[in-house]
Amino acid sequence: MALRDIAIVGTAQRPSEVNSTFTSVEILLPVIQQLLDKVGIERSEIGFWCHGSCDYMSGQPFSFVSAVDAIGAWPPIIESHVEADGALALYEAWVKIQTGEVDVALVFSNGKTTSGPIDQILSLQTDPYMVAPLKPGFDALAALQARACLEAGVVTERQMAEVAARSRRDAHNNAVAFTKGNESVDELLAMPYTLNPLRAHDCATPVDGANAIILAAGDVARRLAERPAWIRGIDHRIDTQRLGARSMITSSSAAIAAQKAGVAKDRIDVAELHAPYTHQELLLRNAMGLSESTHINPSGGALVANPAMAAGLARFAEAAESIFAGSADRVLAHCTSGPMLQQNLVCVMEGE
Amino acid sequence: MVGDVFVAPLEVAFPYKRTVGTLLSRFFTSLSECRLEGTRGSDGRVYFPPAEFDPLTGAQLTEWVSLSDTGTVSTWAWQSTPVEGQPLSHPFAWALITIDGADVPMLHAVDAGSPENIAIGTKVKVRWAQDRPGGVTDIACFDVVGGAS
Repeated sequence: MALRDIAIVGTAQRPSEVNSTFTSVEILLPVIQQLLDKVGIERSEIGFWCHGSCDYMSGQPFSFVSAVDAIGAWPPIIESHVEADGALALYEAWVKIQTGEVDVALVFSNGKTTSGPIDQILSLQTDPYMVAPLKPGFDALAALQARACLEAGVVTERQMAEVAARSRRDAHNNAVAFTKGNESVDELLAMPYTLNPLRAHDCATPVDGANAIILAAGDVARRLAERPAWIRGIDHRIDTQRLGARSMITSSSAAIAAQKAGVAKDRIDVAELHAPYTHQELLLRNAMGLSESTHINPSGGALVANPAMAAGLARFAEAAESIFAGSADRVLAHCTSGPMLQQNLVCVMEGE
Repeated sequence: MVGDVFVAPLEVAFPYKRTVGTLLSRFFTSLSECRLEGTRGSDGRVYFPPAEFDPLTGAQLTEWVSLSDTGTVSTWAWQSTPVEGQPLSHPFAWALITIDGADVPMLHAVDAGSPENIAIGTKVKVRWAQDRPGGVTDIACFDVVGGAS
């Protein structure tokens, strides 16, 4: 069966904030309305709605159901939810359009990341018998990975600081970004360790945020966007959940996903990598075989704004916007989830 | 009540009981008796904590291997500000530790005193918890062999 041509035709992102007093519905509603207006499409034309969020963050099972208020459930709609980043919801929507049942899908995600200790909350998703009772936190697990990479010579602390310095500088050009800075690499290296070998700037900035994307097939996409971002390859791979059984110094799941998504078939102009830790950007670049000519995270990436469960979809939005603007012809969007790059979703998009 | 605001506690937890199955039952029992046991995978590698199913083939693993209570640090990180509920309430090291006789490392805490006392390759030894109801926290933490200098 031949695959249908599917493209991102519009994106919207909510500026990052901390300690938001809005509900998830209040956070999502304006983003979705803004996206529908921007693309010029009626709600009734959306064949499928797919949402990414995490119930652990509100501490309440099925809390995601209330978010349906942000899209409206009457007249009846077809919708779904993933307990994951919105990028995984985008993958589900892509599959749904591939089935031929629908031509247009709206994907959205939100995370009120700062209402609790996100580092500890996410680690509740680790192995409930062997890992979660120790309450390690995602930062600590990432720090173990960083140490292994440093000792193996796969990365250096200077390279990690370079990633942070570049991301904080690029954030000035991104209205959605939260953390911004102009520090030199040496200034960053002079900062104290927070979780040795990680420093504060090596870790993503937790923010509250939301975003939404519209996907459409074939001629519908051409009608809705001047220059759609056509999805040429998309793949999702997962490493073992046993922390000790994974390589700490490579990411085999990212490498396989990149290969299956066709990353190496041609040059990549822009890569938006969902790397919540500086050393992980370096690991991902190696695993995916990205060359020096690829512009990495012009948005500043997750380091400067990491709304949990929305930061991966934000990478898709940023990458697609560079196609819309004509500043790139072939881009990569990536989403990770789980501790130490456990899961990796890679997508290659092209302009026509 | 705090002023006019009604405050209710919300504990994020697994608020239910569950059985742990044949492998974890045996494993947790061995920990409560201060013994370490792993399982051998199809490629001969020994997993500790034991794997119920082979990570490579998916087959159920049934060969148990008795292990010593010492191991080697394969990577570590320094938790300078511990969070409530973590293995130690004073600064400590997280580490992946390969138990002697096992091949795949496990996560736990090392009471190293200061980051100068731990490195990749440091030998460590289990410190058993006083109360051992059966679980990974029956191991209170690990101590650096020869003591934290």
